[in-house]
This record gives sequence, C-alpha cells and structure tokens, in this order.
Amino acid sequence: MIRFENVGLRYGFGPEVLRDLTFDIDSHSFQFLTGPSGAGKTSLLRLLFLLLRPTRGLISMFDQDTATLTKDNRAALRRCIGIVFQDFRLLDHLTTYENVALPFRVLGKEEATYRNEVIELLQWVGLGERMEALPPVLSGGEKQRAAIARAVIARPQLLLADEPTGNVDPNLGQRLLRLFIELYRQGTSVVIATHDIALMDEYDARRLVLHEGRLHVYE
Amino acid sequence: MSTSEPFDEVAESWTQEDAALTSAPPGAPGPIVPGDSIAGRSLMAVVAIMTFLAVLATGAAMLVADAASDWQSEVAREVTIQVRPVAGRDLEADVNAAAAIARATAGVADTRVFTRQESAALVEPWLGSALTLGDLPIPRIVVVKLLPGAIPNFANLRKALAAQVPAASLDDHRGWIDRMRTMAETAVATGMVVLALVIAVTVLSVTFATRGAMATNRPTIEVLHYVGATDGFIGKQFQRHFLALGLKGGVIGGGGAMALFGLLQAADAWLIGTPGGDEATALFGTLAIGPSGYIAMFVVILLMALVTALASRRTVAQTLEMIE
Repeated sequence: MIRFENVGLRYGFGPEVLRDLTFDIDSHSFQFLTGPSGAGKTSLLRLLFLLLRPTRGLISMFDQDTATLTKDNRAALRRCIGIVFQDFRLLDHLTTYENVALPFRVLGKEEATYRNEVIELLQWVGLGERMEALPPVLSGGEKQRAAIARAVIARPQLLLADEPTGNVDPNLGQRLLRLFIELYRQGTSVVIATHDIALMDEYDARRLVLHEGRLHVYE
Repeated sequence: MSTSEPFDEVAESWTQEDAALTSAPPGAPGPIVPGDSIAGRSLMAVVAIMTFLAVLATGAAMLVADAASDWQSEVAREVTIQVRPVAGRDLEADVNAAAAIARATAGVADTRVFTRQESAALVEPWLGSALTLGDLPIPRIVVVKLLPGAIPNFANLRKALAAQVPAASLDDHRGWIDRMRTMAETAVATGMVVLALVIAVTVLSVTFATRGAMATNRPTIEVLHYVGATDGFIGKQFQRHFLALGLKGGVIGGGGAMALFGLLQAADAWLIGTPGGDEATALFGTLAIGPSGYIAMFVVILLMALVTALASRRTVAQTLEMIE
C-alpha cells in the first residue's frame, strides 16, 4: 500500500533528520512507530500524510508516486488516510458532532446522508452525550476519542496516530489501544507513533524503530 | 461506521464508565469558518462607504453629463445673428434683410428679431433704465431657430450675410458648445477616475481583510487540509462570507447614495420657484437622474459586491497556494 525507497528528509540546509528509509506498510497491517524523542517520528508521520516532501528517495502510496501528485491529488489521497494528532487539532468553534462530521462535509455530502453514521460512531467511542459539546469543555480523553472518531469516520485505508496515549492515563491508553486494534481488525492499516514501551508491550505487533534518523524494522 | 460485532466489546468498555446516554440530536451544522473570525463589521463599513462614494460619483457624473447635454441641445437649436450699427446704413433694414436671409436658409424654422425695446432691456442691468437706445450704437440681435435635427449650412449663410449685410455676423455658439462638451466629458472622466480609485481602495481593503481572516483561521485551514479538503472547498468557505459582506455593504452604501439622490430630487421639486431652487435648476436642470441613472447606480452596487468577492477569491487562492 505504501512504499518508501531510500527516503531522506532535511529541513532547509540543516542535517538530514531521516536517512535512507526503506520500508513498506501493507494493507491490513498494524505497526508501532517508535524511537526516542527527536528521532523523527513526527517527521515520518508527516511524510506518510503528505504534509512534507522528501528531499530524496521515492515514496509510493496507493500505487502513485507522490512526487508527481498535484495539490488536489494529494488532498484526494489524504482522504484515504486518517490522522490523529497528539494535540487533537479539533476546531474549537465546532461541536464534537460537527468536528467528527468534517470529513463528510469536505466531501460535499448532505448532512442527512451521514448523520446517523456520525451519531453511531460517537456513541461507540462513548461520546454519545457529548455531541453538542465544544472541544474546550471536553476532557483530554474525550478530545482524544473525538479526534480518533474524526480520523476514522470516512473509513480510511490507513490510520496514523501521533502519540495517541501521550496525554491520557494508562487505563485510558489501554482502552485507546483496544480501539485501534478493533479498527485494524476491521481492515484499516494502523501506524501508532509512540515511545510508550508499556503500551507496545500490550500488543504484539510490528515495530518500526527510528534511531538517529535511520529506521530499523522488527517484524 | 458500522458498529459490527468486533466493536461491541470496545464500545462496552466505554459505556461501562462513560455514560451511554445520547444527548439530543445535533442541530444543523454551523459554518466551518466562523463569521466572527472575520473582521466583518469594519470591512462591511469600508465596502458601504466605498460603494456610497462610487454611486455618488456615478450619479454626479451622470447628472452633470445630462445637464450639459440639455444645455448643449438647447443652445444648439438656435444661432444668433448680430447686426452692428454702421454709419450710413439703415440698421432696421439690415436687421430685416439678415432675418430674411436666415429664413430662406434650409433647416431654419423661424427667426425672431429683438426689438429696440428688447435690446434696451438686455443692456439695462448694466446701463440703467434711463437709457435711450438711439443714443448708443448698440447692435441688434436676430435669433434664428433651427428645425429639430437639422444642421443648416452655416458657411453659406455667413457668405450670404457678408455679401448682403456686411454689418451682420453669425454666431453658431460653437465655442460655447465645445466648452460645454469638454466640461461634460471632464465631469464624466472625473467620475470614472473616482470610481476606479474607489474600486482600487476596495480591492486593497478586501485583500488585507481576507489575509487577516485567513491568518486568524490558519488552524481551521490546516485541519481542513488534514481531512482532505481541496483548496477549492476551503476557498468557498471564505468567499461566501466575503460575498455576503460585499452585498450587505453595497446595499447599505449604494442604497444610501440612491436615497440621497432621491432626497435631492424631492428637495429640488419643493424649492421650485425660490431663488436658490431656480439657480440649482439653471445649473443642473431638474436634479433628476432618471431611471437610467438609477440603473447605472444599481450596476455600480453590483460591481462593488463583485469586486469584493473577486478580490477575496484571488487573495484566498494566493494564500492557500502558499499553505501546504
């Protein structure tokens, strides 16, 4: 589904933060992306989400060379990918329901066509009674669940999560992990960037370990 | 997302501790770009003021052009023959001969000879009423009225007058008409320049306001990119605000200017017969710009709204191009 070949990334004229990355992410796969702070996990996630262009190498996503994509093509590919940020990135002026429904609105769908689906998903992640709440009044865990719901509502083929348990207690972290595992079981490829060893020990999955800009894959 | 069986276990884990109650069904989704994040009121005031000035400039230019056109057509419908008193010639005979020559010219409807008394009345404001016209060599005037649309051969008329009445000279008011035309054209050109300047200021104001709104909404734009929105979709979210602002500002400002012209027209009708009203009527005609004037002002209002929408569209597109 996604292939990196000798990918390197540097910011401006600085040193390479990512070097010679060569790996695949298969469809229907689950992997942790880990490494010490500053190892380049977020940069790699941004490459995977087409927010950055590599300074060298080839990235192929869904059988398309990302270097040749137009801006609209990249937007179309992003609709196949859901992303959960560590800081949630919810829009404070929209309700939880509106935030989660955003991917459908972007597709130009009528509200009647997605309303039940969004309500169902919000109930599923335990936010059924918080649909009309604005993000500033949600707890950290609720925001995280809302962000995950937004990321998966349009059934992406790939889900990227950046430190999804970074702001929550261990109990909630485990529950979020179970959520990701269930999404994986339903057919979504999942990449979870984390440096939480305890979380990774909860589930035996492929590990992509970044160290000093290089990637080591442990199947 | 279909909550098929594998999710039931996870769903249950949430519902055990988080209340599974569902709040009331959500209302209709609000705008993605919040209206209060755009400097709406101040921009609307700028557009309203600019539209007011643009419509005022258009209306004023049309008023002057119409008045000048009226004067021009009135002046152009008649010419005058001036017969100077010359020693050894009978002035009355010369005047009558000049009038006869004029009447015989194709395109002339009628002539009217100013009598001695009328000629005296013309100079009375300067020389006083005790004047005896015979004491002074005052020229006599023959007003030649032209047929509507006719352009007589003034060169031939001049030749005939020169041959038969050497003391007569023809004034076709060409110099006056030229000055009138120049003045009217200058008024229209000034109106156009003012309109162009007002549009330029509006474009700049809208551009700055759009940039400010987009900077304020940068997090929203980023999130929209993250959920796969195209630039076209994001642009529309901003443009609908600015189009609404442009229309509101245009209607307020343009409506105000049109109301002002309506008020002037009403005041003009009310002041008819008073010295001030007569002066204004002499200068500007009836101060009425007519249906065509109001249509032109309405077009200017639409133009201002369109300019606002296009300027914001261009700025949104340029700004989004810079945002990855």
